[in-house]
Amino acid sequence: MTAGAAPGGRASSAPLIGNDREPTLFEMSVPGRTAYQLRTTGIPVRPLAELLPAELLAESPTDIAEVSERDLVAHFTRLSHRQFSVDLGAYPLGSCTMKYNPKLCDTIAAMPGLADVHPAAPASMTQGWLELMVELEDALCEVTGMAAATLQPSAGAAGELTGLLLMAAYHEANGDRRRRVLIPDSAHGTNPASAALSGYEVTTIPTDERGLVDLAALREALDADVAGIMLTNPNTAGLFEEDIAEIAAAVHEVGGLLYYDGANLNAILGVVRPGDMGFDIIHMNLHKTFATPHGGGGPGAGPVAVSQRVVDFLPGPKPTRLEDGTFGWSTPPRSIGRVHGWHGNTLVLARALTYIKVHGGDGLRRVAERAVLNANWLRRRISEHYPAAHDRICMHEVVVTGTALKRATGVRAIDVAKRLLEEGFHSPTVYFPLIIDEALMFEPTETESLQTLEALAEALDRIAVEAHEHPDEVTAAPRTTPVRRVDEARAARTLIPTEDARV
Amino acid sequence: MPDYMPHTEAEIESMLAFLDLASIDELFDAIPKALQVTGGLAMADGAPEPDVAFEMQRIAAANRGAASRLVCFAGAGAYDHEVPSVVRALAGRGEFVTAYTPYQPEVAQGMLQAIFEFQTLISRLYGLPISNASLYDGAASVTEAINLAVASSKRQGVLLSTGVHPTWRSVVKTFARGTGHEIIEVGLVDGRTDLASVAGREDIGTVVVPQTTFLGTLDDLSAARALCDQLGAVMVVVSDPVLASVLKSPGAMGADVAVGEGQPLGTALSFGGPYLGLFACSAAQVRRLPGRLVGETLDEEGRRAYVTTLRAREQDIRREKATSNVCSNQTLMAVTAAIQLGWLGTSGLAEVAARCISSTRHLAEAVTAIDGVELLLEGVPVARDVAITTPLAGEVLLERLADEGFLGGVALSALVEEGDGSVDPALRERTIVMSATERRTADEVERFTTAMATVIR
Ligand SMILES: Cc1ncc(COP(=O)(O)O)c(C=O)c1O
Repeated sequence: MTAGAAPGGRASSAPLIGNDREPTLFEMSVPGRTAYQLRTTGIPVRPLAELLPAELLAESPTDIAEVSERDLVAHFTRLSHRQFSVDLGAYPLGSCTMKYNPKLCDTIAAMPGLADVHPAAPASMTQGWLELMVELEDALCEVTGMAAATLQPSAGAAGELTGLLLMAAYHEANGDRRRRVLIPDSAHGTNPASAALSGYEVTTIPTDERGLVDLAALREALDADVAGIMLTNPNTAGLFEEDIAEIAAAVHEVGGLLYYDGANLNAILGVVRPGDMGFDIIHMNLHKTFATPHGGGGPGAGPVAVSQRVVDFLPGPKPTRLEDGTFGWSTPPRSIGRVHGWHGNTLVLARALTYIKVHGGDGLRRVAERAVLNANWLRRRISEHYPAAHDRICMHEVVVTGTALKRATGVRAIDVAKRLLEEGFHSPTVYFPLIIDEALMFEPTETESLQTLEALAEALDRIAVEAHEHPDEVTAAPRTTPVRRVDEARAARTLIPTEDARV
Repeated sequence: MPDYMPHTEAEIESMLAFLDLASIDELFDAIPKALQVTGGLAMADGAPEPDVAFEMQRIAAANRGAASRLVCFAGAGAYDHEVPSVVRALAGRGEFVTAYTPYQPEVAQGMLQAIFEFQTLISRLYGLPISNASLYDGAASVTEAINLAVASSKRQGVLLSTGVHPTWRSVVKTFARGTGHEIIEVGLVDGRTDLASVAGREDIGTVVVPQTTFLGTLDDLSAARALCDQLGAVMVVVSDPVLASVLKSPGAMGADVAVGEGQPLGTALSFGGPYLGLFACSAAQVRRLPGRLVGETLDEEGRRAYVTTLRAREQDIRREKATSNVCSNQTLMAVTAAIQLGWLGTSGLAEVAARCISSTRHLAEAVTAIDGVELLLEGVPVARDVAITTPLAGEVLLERLADEGFLGGVALSALVEEGDGSVDPALRERTIVMSATERRTADEVERFTTAMATVIR
């Protein structure tokens, strides 16, 4: 099926002028050149040696870089031109939910009254922020079917660690020392890393031929030493864990808790809620599901929501609606303590609430529906050359395997990913989940159009044909990008982590 | 039904037909019906952007304490610095804002080079050869530094100075529940960490001290280094990146690891986040480094290129044996810091530091001329924060000052728990911590002083 309109998400027309290397700030520096302008204060600046012990002062200030404002703008603008982004084109990077980030949210986050509030200002002076956070907590609890939440964790991994400490606190309060956490072999690396930091041993649960948690193996692993299980649902293969009710019952039966890694929440908004599935503790990635931009690696926000039995242990202080209708802070009675230096990545929270308000309950369900529709359309459309690892209806993302392609042509998943860059699309996630051979994980998200998906599929088809006819062309990619494949081994062998480490 | 999804009804029909499905609901057939939401979520329907913008403006207007409404003399870990239009414009570019982690370096050279420049700047400020690409915030950085130091020293005992920001210490203690590290908090004497109180404790393998305490005083890093040598401990220094430009660097003072809060480098007050965790260390510790690290290399054609490196430390490869669980960090704030530092340059950053120190001294002298207002620590030099005591409870004083148009500081009673070793318990209630950045004027200080004199009387 070919649609008429030109695809909006294909970035192959992006102009890149020349391919010289961009100098660093330090290479552009000219001693004595300045850009800064500071307020006229009328307060004399005294020599530092009059104010502080001389032996603590540096002989000269730290060497930064000396550039003009004009050159600063040119430099960072050129760097921005060497960067793929959602604003530029489709970014079907699986597990990352790279949907369009509404510009309104940026405007809200920059608003005076939100962006210029000191985090230690008393509650009487920050009623708006407290209200915003309470309202967001309520909305997230409704979406996930949980009783209460903390907004402090800065990202998904921070949420996981917080959630596991809550799990431990819950068991401890019951006089129960448990040492093990169960984690499927399909899980994201942060899950076992967080479990280790919370003092737990990890027991890995295998995946069965359906691509789901192996129920028999899970039952086998369950005993009174199990603190809980961490699950992603839909899982990282993009499949819904159909046995979730049985899993929940089995884990609860031995006294364990269920932790929900919310990285894939986008698939089920308004359709099914983790709380109703039986989960006790969950984190959300606002930088995925709720469209807060990812900033080239962060900031994110990873709020943690819990069921009633874990509420008393939540981090504090917590924004709270008081009886008189105003807002204040309160700390739950058996709180594990703070997990953030202040109150969380608050401007990210403001963006997420804005997104939620624009969509509402009805719009959030449409988000899930269209994300899943797009993923399934793509799954079937590319299935000739890129069969899904599990060929049935998927959720918001599809993992295809390049095993056959590699066997027939020598072209690997990474080559397809690199060649796709030349076609004007960001690569899918490759080699994750680890249990699927030559994995290519596509998450188109709900904000890409049918025309963009068709263009992506056509590009993938072309690459597959090329792999058979001219495999060298594929493995040579990318050639049109600001740099070609980079020497990662060299980077690790001769570490140059700063300008000053160059020899 | 306003939203950002492009699908027309006709397209949805055709896509479903392509999948041999009769309705959208069939996409969710794998989900047990009994679990599915019926009747929709109990929340309002969506609203058009302008409606939401008005509502968010109402919420913002309810924040009386915003720096646009009250002149800000609050510091204590978050500072009201100049962030010029040029920094906002560049840091707000969609290419930076809407990118993901640089997993495909060929199309992420912009972010990678900017991070490389950031790492260079932090390495210079802290006087240590390695800086990572950022962590969540100062509290996360000090927590990760302790994890590194315990792994390195193989001893669970951690000396934590109470001069380190109180909320960061709370965070450290929360995460120690999981790691089992023994956190030994040490009080302050005359604004310096009471290192003598732990002499000979050989279970301590980590010493965490601030370059400047949250009360503004300067700690004795030479003594901390000597203690580390005696104990064979790893020295972690918490350092304000603005002050670091004019003080002897943590590295020069012998730190193995330096951490800090990067908010003063171009990030607005933001009610506390997203901020920027800074993390630098010696070359000997690089394989224990938490988080991402960008390195310079070459591409296939010999062109200079950047890539994330020493990846075998990270959670996606090492899983439960990783040096840290961090995945998403605060890259956009790191890039913002690089841009802000580029704008300030060598002399600009040094001038900001000098102004903060001078102006805070000016502020302290002005307010202590008021009857009943005194320095918490008489005769002890301070850098960019200063603690004063007044006849009023700190929280009452701040409310009254707000009525006069000022955010007068941070009340210690709201910041430190009762019994904290950082402050004389008898004075905690009546102490506030104040700061004057490079943005405060002589006129503002004068009006503030008059207001304080009035409300105290
Ligand atoms: C399945 C899954 N879990 C956890 C995470 C970690 O989230 P964050 O990067 O926000 O720490 C991710 C992020 O990539 C993920 O995809």
